[in-house]
Amino acid sequence: MSKPLIREVPPTSWYFRHPRYLRYMAREVTSLFVGAYCVLLVVGLQSLAAGQSSYEAFLLALQSPASIIFHLLALAAALYHAATWFNATQKAMPIQIGEEFVPGNLISGAHYVAWAVLSSVILFLAGVF
Amino acid sequence: MKERLIQLEVMRYNPDTDTAAHFQRYEVSCPEEGVVLDALNKIKETIDPTLNYRWSCHMAVCGSCGMMINGEPKLSCHAFLREYAGVIRVEPLAHFPIERDLVTAPDDFIEKLKRVKPYLIPKEPKPISAGEYLQTPAQLKRYHQYTLCINCMLCYAACPEYGLTPKFIGPAAIALAHRYNQDSRDGGRDERQEIIASAEGVWECTFVGACSEVCPAHVDPASALQQVKIASSIDWFKEHLLPGGGK
Ligand code: SF4
Ligand code: FES
Repeated sequence: MSKPLIREVPPTSWYFRHPRYLRYMAREVTSLFVGAYCVLLVVGLQSLAAGQSSYEAFLLALQSPASIIFHLLALAAALYHAATWFNATQKAMPIQIGEEFVPGNLISGAHYVAWAVLSSVILFLAGVF
Repeated sequence: MKERLIQLEVMRYNPDTDTAAHFQRYEVSCPEEGVVLDALNKIKETIDPTLNYRWSCHMAVCGSCGMMINGEPKLSCHAFLREYAGVIRVEPLAHFPIERDLVTAPDDFIEKLKRVKPYLIPKEPKPISAGEYLQTPAQLKRYHQYTLCINCMLCYAACPEYGLTPKFIGPAAIALAHRYNQDSRDGGRDERQEIIASAEGVWECTFVGACSEVCPAHVDPASALQQVKIASSIDWFKEHLLPGGGK
């Protein structure tokens, strides 16, 4: 009896095999920035709880060039991450009305609108405008 | 008909004599408007009768001619030569054991298909004398797209999760389970959930989305898997957070 040949998938380098796998990894890596930003917020809260001087030191640290670069990167990553999710909603949550399905870009579009509205409310509450 | 000289690099493996696969280069002249399968057929007829591969319909319906063409899972009867420049690299479908040359063993996929019970399980027994099951066009449309699968396994060859974790039930089988779950005549969802809502079911999927990109029948299995994830999560919340388990 002859034996079939099994080809192993390289566990750490498989995503270099095709550009679509790299796009997937890019999406996954953006979540690290989202996570890092959450940690930053917790640190901010902690310094706020520790009193005025520590909060002022935290605010000062936020103005450093490294912090500004991190914020720009995190913003770009968060936008990309959010966009990939919103674009996916039309696949994950199809809506059928009568016979027809609601066009996918309406479903994704509604998420973008909700995002814009919620962000504006938060910015408003934060006193930005 | 205009002919073009086609160069193919084809993966060869003879289980009786080889311990590893190797590539063999062929050169054949083929009509411009032909497909990769035509080139393979010409090689087999005129150069090398020992070359093995599967095909049947030559019209993208039987699903048996899947292979990796320049690294992309494709139906070879639907891979047009005019879309390829230079040497075309042809390998057996990724993630499946190679039986011989371009022939892979589909057993794992067939086994998984069986496990998800891809057939109607009526809600309650109904004698034939009670007449047919009626369905509105809207009810049909709800699942129609997921009936188009031709079991070609290209989605499994594209799915890195399946490659890394072969116990994953995988795109086509879960999409087919979803097809029956969405069918108004069916009552078998609970039985299928045991398989597809498990760790080796949808939760193995990280939504790479490659399955839907390569599917020649536009089934969009990735959408089915995400829908199953959402429905299974709702089940979980009902069961754990509602009084009486949401029953
Ligand atoms: S879902 Fe598409 S790619 Fe997967 S087996 Fe069915 S037809 Fe082929
Ligand atoms: S030969 Fe039938 S799908 Fe290609």
